[in-house]
Amino acid sequence: MKKIFGGPAIFLDRSDINTDEIIPAKYLTEVTKEALKPYCLEDLKLEGFDPQGERLKNACVIISRENFGCGSSREHAPWVFEVNDMHTVIAESYARIFRQNMFNCGMLAIELPKADIDALMALEKEANGAVNVKVNLPDQQVVACGNGREVSFSFDISPFDKALVDAGGWVEYADARY
Amino acid sequence: MGQTTAEKIFAAHLRDEPFPGTKVLDLDRVLCHEITTPVAIADLEWRGKDRVFDNTKIKAVIDHVTPSKDSKTALQAKMLRDWARRHNIKDFFDIGQNGVCHALFPEKGYIRPGFTAIMGDSHTCTHGAFGAFAAGVGTTDLEVGILKGVCAFREPKTIRINLTGSLQSGVYAKDVILFVVGQLGVNGATDRVIEFHGPVVDAMSMDARMTLGNMAIEAGGTCGICQPDMVTVDYLWPFIQDEFASKQVALEEYSQWCADADAEYDKILDFNVTELVPHVTFGYKPDCVKPASEMAGTKIDQVYIGTCTNGRIEDLRQAAEVLKGHKIADSLRGIVSPATPKIFQEALAEGLIQIFMDAGFCVTNPTCGACLGMSNGVLADGEACASTSNRNFNGRMGKGGMVHLMSPSTAAATAIAGVITDARAL
Ligand code: SF4
Repeated sequence: MKKIFGGPAIFLDRSDINTDEIIPAKYLTEVTKEALKPYCLEDLKLEGFDPQGERLKNACVIISRENFGCGSSREHAPWVFEVNDMHTVIAESYARIFRQNMFNCGMLAIELPKADIDALMALEKEANGAVNVKVNLPDQQVVACGNGREVSFSFDISPFDKALVDAGGWVEYADARY
Repeated sequence: MGQTTAEKIFAAHLRDEPFPGTKVLDLDRVLCHEITTPVAIADLEWRGKDRVFDNTKIKAVIDHVTPSKDSKTALQAKMLRDWARRHNIKDFFDIGQNGVCHALFPEKGYIRPGFTAIMGDSHTCTHGAFGAFAAGVGTTDLEVGILKGVCAFREPKTIRINLTGSLQSGVYAKDVILFVVGQLGVNGATDRVIEFHGPVVDAMSMDARMTLGNMAIEAGGTCGICQPDMVTVDYLWPFIQDEFASKQVALEEYSQWCADADAEYDKILDFNVTELVPHVTFGYKPDCVKPASEMAGTKIDQVYIGTCTNGRIEDLRQAAEVLKGHKIADSLRGIVSPATPKIFQEALAEGLIQIFMDAGFCVTNPTCGACLGMSNGVLADGEACASTSNRNFNGRMGKGGMVHLMSPSTAAATAIAGVITDARAL
C-alpha cells in the first residue's frame, strides 16, 4: 500500500539514535505491528523529549542528525513509526539496515546534508516547534513551513529506493520480479 | 583490477541488477530466529504466500528467550516451530538443541567461504569470519529471502584493516575489536564491509575471528570478513570431508574467495596491536572505549558472560582461567550462558562449569535474553553490568541500566573484584 508522506515534524536533535531507543527489546515479543503503537521512542535519551507528549503524537515526519537507526536490525523501529503514521524520516545519514527497512516498508528515509538539517532545526526554534513538512517525491523536494516562512531542499534518492516506495515495499517489488 | 572478498561473492551470486549499483543476490543461507521471523511468517500467510524457497537452505532456531518466559514469547516460539514443521525445515533447533544463533549455525558447519547469508539479526556479520558475505537485515528482507531466496544490496565498499604485531597475554580478540570500533566510530563503516587481515588474524582461532566479525556492525559495517585459510578448513573439516579429497584441496578451493593483492579498498588501516591492553566501554555507544585500567574501580552489580560475541568455548576457558580458585564478590551476581549445548558440554567435560559454579556464578542454558534485556538477567534501573556482549546502548539490558562491554577475562576479574578490573592486575 502506498504511504502518505509529510505533515507536522518532530525534531530529534541528536546523532546515533539507535533502534533500542526507538523501540526497546522488551516489546519485541509482540507479533503484530499495531501492538507496538504506544511505545514509540520510549527509551530515547534526549533532553526535553517526552515520549508521551503531544508533539510526538501529532508528528508525521521525524527530523534528526547522523547515523539514525543504528544498532539492532529490528524492523519494529520503522513499524512503530508506521503505525503512528510517521512515514518519513529526514536525517543527515542512516545506519544501513534501518534505511533499507524503511524503503522495504515503502516509507521514506531522506538524507539531507548537515547545512540543510541545521536550517530545519533553526526553523523549528523560530516556529516554536510548529513546522510542517511537505514531501514531493517525483521532484525530490522537501518543503518545510514554519512561522510563516518556507524553506525548501532537494534530495537524492536511488532509483531502486524510489521503485520500492512506488511499489509499496520490497515484498511487492520482489514478488512481481523474482 | 583485483577484487575484494565481498566483490567476488557479489559477482558469483548476482541474480539481477535492476538499477546500476543495486545488486540482487542469490542466497545460500536464510537464517531465522523467533524474535524477527514470526512477523514475516504472519505476513506471508496474510498474503497467501506461505511458502519457502528452499527448505534445506533455511536454518532456524529459538534462541533469544528460551525456554519461553511468558505467553507472548511462547507464541513467538510456537509460530516459528509450527512454521518449521509445516515446511519440513530439518535444521530447526528447539529446546534441548538450541543455542545462540551466531554460535550455533557456524558450529553446525552451515557457513562456508564464499557463501551469502542473511538473517533478521544485526550480528549476522559474525559469519563473515568464514570468508562469507553475511548481513543482518530486517523482517521484510528476511521475508523475501524466505520466499524468493534473494536479497538486494548496494554493493558495499570495503575497509581493509591490517592487524600487525602480536597480542600480549591476557589481551584478546574482544579487546582488538573494541579498540577498532573505537577508532572507526559507530558509523565509520556504514555501507562498508570490513576485511580483517594480517598476522594477528592469521593466528586467531575461528572463535576469535567470530568475535572480530561480530562487532563489525558496531562500526556500522555490513559484514566483518576474515580470509579463509587452513584454520577455516580445519574448523569445517568434519562437515566438508566428503566434498574434498584432502584439506589441501579444500584450501585451494576456498582460497578463490580471498581478496586479490591488487584489490581496491575504500580505506586501509594498519593497527599494530603489540601494545594493546584490555579495553572496556563507558557511556552508551560501543565506540566509547578506554583501557580497562582507566575504568578500574567502577562499581558493577552484575557480570554477564556469554552471547554471540563471547559465549564460545574459548571465551569460557579464558574466564575460567581467571576465576579458578576465586569467589565472585558478594556485592555482585555472576551469570554465565554457554552459547550452545555443545559448548555447554565441552565446558562441563573440561571442568569449566565447576569453576564457574564454585566461584558463585549462575549457569544458564544456552540463550541470550539478557544481552538485549528480554530475559535471564535483565538489569534494574541504576544498575551496571560488566558484559561480554556487544552493545551498551541506553537501556539495552534493562531500562535505566548501564552496560560495560569487555572480554571474558576482564569480566571474570571484575566479578572477583566487584569493580572493573584488568585481569592482569589481579
Ligand atoms: S547475543 Fe545479544 S547481540 Fe547476539 S544475537 Fe543474542 S541478543 Fe543479539
